[in-house]
Amino acid sequence: MSLIAAENISVSYGANTVLRDVSLAVESGEIVTVVGPNGSGKTTLLKLLIGAERPQSGQITRKPGLRIGYVPQKLHMDPTLPITVERFLRLPGGNTPAACAAALERAGVPGLSQRQMSALSGGQFQRVLLARALINEPDLLLLDEATQGLDQPGSAAFYLQIEEVRQKTGCAILMISHELHVVMAASDRVICLNGHVCCEGAPEIVSAAPEYRALFGTGTGGALALYRHEHDHTHDAICTHDHAPQDKRIEAAE
Amino acid sequence: MLDDFMTRAALAGVGVALAAAPLGSFVVWRRMAYFGDATAHAAILGVALSLALQISIFAGAVAVALAMALTVTVLTGRGYAMDTLLGVLAHSALAFGLVAVSFLSGIRIDLMAYLFGDILAVSRGDLAVIWGGAALVVGLIGWRWSALLTSTISSELAYASGIDPKREQLVLTLALAVTVAVAIKVVGVLLIAAMLIIPAAAARPLSRTPEQMALTAAIIGSASAVIGLQSAYTLDTPAGPSIVCVAALVFLGTSVLQSLRS
Repeated sequence: MSLIAAENISVSYGANTVLRDVSLAVESGEIVTVVGPNGSGKTTLLKLLIGAERPQSGQITRKPGLRIGYVPQKLHMDPTLPITVERFLRLPGGNTPAACAAALERAGVPGLSQRQMSALSGGQFQRVLLARALINEPDLLLLDEATQGLDQPGSAAFYLQIEEVRQKTGCAILMISHELHVVMAASDRVICLNGHVCCEGAPEIVSAAPEYRALFGTGTGGALALYRHEHDHTHDAICTHDHAPQDKRIEAAE
Repeated sequence: MLDDFMTRAALAGVGVALAAAPLGSFVVWRRMAYFGDATAHAAILGVALSLALQISIFAGAVAVALAMALTVTVLTGRGYAMDTLLGVLAHSALAFGLVAVSFLSGIRIDLMAYLFGDILAVSRGDLAVIWGGAALVVGLIGWRWSALLTSTISSELAYASGIDPKREQLVLTLALAVTVAVAIKVVGVLLIAAMLIIPAAAARPLSRTPEQMALTAAIIGSASAVIGLQSAYTLDTPAGPSIVCVAALVFLGTSVLQSLRS
């Protein structure tokens, strides 16, 4: 079964419908990117997946015993709270200093254990968040705009790190982003969200889809090759170009 | 030993400082200073009700402080900003409390004792209530420590770790209500927030981890209580405010230390 699957979920706040009849599933080991403009319901979707919110209709199923590692959007750490990186990684409890050191290593920032969280640079902070998500050896890593506040080389390096993590640990990755050119090249599958699933498929397919172009224009197409990852399997295109919400197809791409 | 009123007063002050330290740290980290203040002000209504109904002041103060804190928590996010709600509820409760007290004929009430505390009049029974309440607060916060800390850092991270931040918020609210109720006798409703915030804020520059900060705040708070009482005795000043003054001086000291270091 899928690691996590959402079936026909809808969420609205008052009269404002944020998500309408959204279905998606993540299989083990794949990198899935959800892209969408501001206000398209990306963050709401992620909150549903981690269990911070409940859908008004539809349902979310997790594989029994699923371990989720969650990397939030840039997190505000109040300067009145003194906390070392190691203490932060050990929350909410149960991890050894050795496990913390190993997770920092895997996230590409070894040796930060004794630093104060408030003294970290933006890039270091995001990697510490990544290390925290990795510490319990998750089956699924969820990233919410995890490179906000990083410059372009910084986010490119961060995404390379994510790919490396996937290679080493085999965990599935679901990330949410608006940084299309960087994210899409690293993904196995892209889901284009705008309140509903507009289209879905391999990066090349989605970036060529008219629904996607209508939302994002064609400007990012040329940057797709920024760092394409080097395995040449193929995906089936499932994007229905004569698109309407009720007839969209929701099967996994492979 | 407990026959000496100064010993009883010191023990009462230390008891409150111990409960206020870990709770006060969370109040500082979560920026709930005004929330603490408001809950404390509302407790005067609890005092008035207790006197009218002839129930224990501790019970009345806990009940009203809890009702106040829960009301604010429920109403927040329904169109009013938190600080507006707190301002309305806290000062209304304080005002209604003061008015209610004036209706209580037949009993001569020293209102000052509840507004500023009456630590020198602490009885053995009061001491038992204070240390019992303090043990409850420290136990509660100690039990939920990691979950509280995680939800303080980020509610999303908490959810992802299977922690419900709303439940942890309730734990803090309960601890706050109990702390307010036990601290009334010691520093009075107007200065309770000071005992929560000042030792924790003074401990911040000396700490590298959250645990260190709570522990340091407990030491600073306890020392302020003992030294404040001694000064009050020597200089013939009001005891509760003297304790707060000492804590404020420690805060000044550690802040200067920090700016010298950086």
